[in-house]
Amino acid sequence: MALELAFKISGGDFSNAGKASSRIKKVLKQLNIDAKSIKKIVVAIYEAEVNVAAHAWKGEVKATVGEENILVVVSDCGPGIENISLAMKPGFSTASKEVREMGFGAGMGLSNIKKNTDELNIESRKGEGTTLTFRCYY
Amino acid sequence: MKISEIIKYADARIVSGSLATDKDLEKAFSSDLMSDVLTLDEESILLITGLANLQLVRTAEMADIQAVLLARGKPASAEMIELAKENGLVLLETPFSIYKASGILYAKGLKAVY
Repeated sequence: MALELAFKISGGDFSNAGKASSRIKKVLKQLNIDAKSIKKIVVAIYEAEVNVAAHAWKGEVKATVGEENILVVVSDCGPGIENISLAMKPGFSTASKEVREMGFGAGMGLSNIKKNTDELNIESRKGEGTTLTFRCYY
Repeated sequence: MKISEIIKYADARIVSGSLATDKDLEKAFSSDLMSDVLTLDEESILLITGLANLQLVRTAEMADIQAVLLARGKPASAEMIELAKENGLVLLETPFSIYKASGILYAKGLKAVY
């Protein structure tokens, strides 16, 4: 039986970025998923949450916790990603000075999501938004 | 290295967590960049940082970091302490710079992540 979880994220709201990954972490722990798998999953979700807070106007995280894997969809209304392959390159960043001062925006987010997930799909429309869909097996 | 030893060597004070379960840490990482901390494969480490905000505590939570040493006399905010307590994260404050705290702890045997 799959468990569905959903969270809203507001653009610019860094103090709430992390609520989804934190809640999902607790759920996965209760399900006795191994710590290494949990870390990979929640790091990917946290990176995605920070991306929404840093770049978009608003967004949401939807997670489907299954028996063998978790499916996560992070969608936002925002500026979109102009060049996805460039955005995937470690070190490439369009983050503001404020975001960098908070310890993020080093251009590692998307590549780190890729590293920590088994399947990743990114769809983006300029001026409309971005949807990240990823799956991790336990 | 035990948390109590880190406190002694770095002249630190504990603002979240308890010494009743004096955790033993093998390695440490120093960074102000959470983006880099999130790429680490190691867990159960000490993070030495000058970044004192809520994102630091969130990053530690997601990266399974056991303890954080705030350097340069940066105080932890009430919000940070509350979230750290909720997650069982040990938060320490030291007046030393990152360089000095890292140097002392390394010399005393706390290994580098890489």
